[in-house]
Amino acid sequence: MKKSWWKIVGVMLVGYSMVGGIIFEVPRLAIVNETIRALYFHVPMWFCMVFMFFISLVYSIKYLRNPTLNFDSKAVEFANTGIIFGLLGIVTGMIWANYTWGSPWHGDPKQNGAAITLLVYLAYSILRQSLPNPDQRARLSGVYNIFAFTTMIPMIFIIPRLSSSMHPGSGGNPGFNMYDLDYQMRMVFYPAVIGWILLGIWVATLRVRIKSADMKIINIEYEKNR
Amino acid sequence: MRRIWKLFLLELLLEIRNKSIIASLLLFQVCLVMINYFALGMLPESKIASVWSALFWITLLSVSVNVITKSFSSERLGRGIYLYSIVSGVEVIFSKIIYGFLISLFVSVVGFILFASILSNPIQDYKLFLLTLCLVSYGLSASLSILSAIASKTKNSNVIMAVLSFPVVISIILEAIQITKNCIDGLDMSASYDEIILLSAINILVTSVSYLLFPYIWRS
Repeated sequence: MKKSWWKIVGVMLVGYSMVGGIIFEVPRLAIVNETIRALYFHVPMWFCMVFMFFISLVYSIKYLRNPTLNFDSKAVEFANTGIIFGLLGIVTGMIWANYTWGSPWHGDPKQNGAAITLLVYLAYSILRQSLPNPDQRARLSGVYNIFAFTTMIPMIFIIPRLSSSMHPGSGGNPGFNMYDLDYQMRMVFYPAVIGWILLGIWVATLRVRIKSADMKIINIEYEKNR
Repeated sequence: MRRIWKLFLLELLLEIRNKSIIASLLLFQVCLVMINYFALGMLPESKIASVWSALFWITLLSVSVNVITKSFSSERLGRGIYLYSIVSGVEVIFSKIIYGFLISLFVSVVGFILFASILSNPIQDYKLFLLTLCLVSYGLSASLSILSAIASKTKNSNVIMAVLSFPVVISIILEAIQITKNCIDGLDMSASYDEIILLSAINILVTSVSYLLFPYIWRS
């Protein structure tokens, strides 16, 4: 119980943000009106995605400096969780766009940038699948992870900011100072971000544990059948 | 530094004596230009100008990607180990990047001449366009060299190469298309400063990442 307190906190924060997001008052702005509540769900997905990819990057760097396969499995599972959050972010964005901009996909630079980011990390998964040797797979995919993060993520975030975009607050920061977030929104928004990040870390660590349990089972079977 | 130059000369000499890659890619480029001409030749000039940019960059991209990925996939195993014992990884990757840059620039200039002569030529600012070709050639060479090094170790390397390279070239080509549009519209060079700076930044970023990461790929 002592080691899982953060999981409970994560669940509670997400639950609070869901309830509070629907019930609490929000400021009325032109065009978005009540749909500004989607902010509580759409933006935390992106924060989570970037955070997961960053942790994946850290584990890839750790693997390259000290080749233990544990680091590699953590890197890949955090990347996979990041992909899921990215997909969720795109879907929530499409739902939100449908009501404010009129159609789900507008060719907006940020949408395109988000789609390309997902393609980068899906390419990472495909690269891993085509390398049979585990050490080589870990090394080459670690290199690609570092390359992808350091060259793509800044580009995907910088290019949309330079071009005119339909996203609110383009030309400013991607998340904050968007709507003059008054304190009511911040009260739900920040806990939502923290809650989703904690949930994402929980899912990724679960997957890592499942993977290592699978490896142990395979090893035991192999020893038995020798 | 001298080693990088020697390695580069090695690649260049191999290519000049055995003209397989450059000849086949120039032929490929001519074929693509011909296809573009047949598809669009009968349209009035104003309509061609609107799609010229897209066709040019698609053609250039396919030829450049092919030419640069061949640089690693044509390495034979013995040569790789021999080189590993003599020079460090940094020198290898720099020589390949420089060689890829020059080949890609050559192919781009030839492509531009072909496009301008066969289809109409809407470019008004040649200096800016040439600068764009240089920046894009270098960017493609730097990013694709390290990706082809990764992809050459996999089983079905051509597909993997296409999958890995697509997102990286997207950001480069996006800026290039923007600058081309400014060239066609006849805007002053200062209107494209943002994109030029961004392309240079991408080039510097990719070069430094390649420099740091290549030794790890090369170990096997």
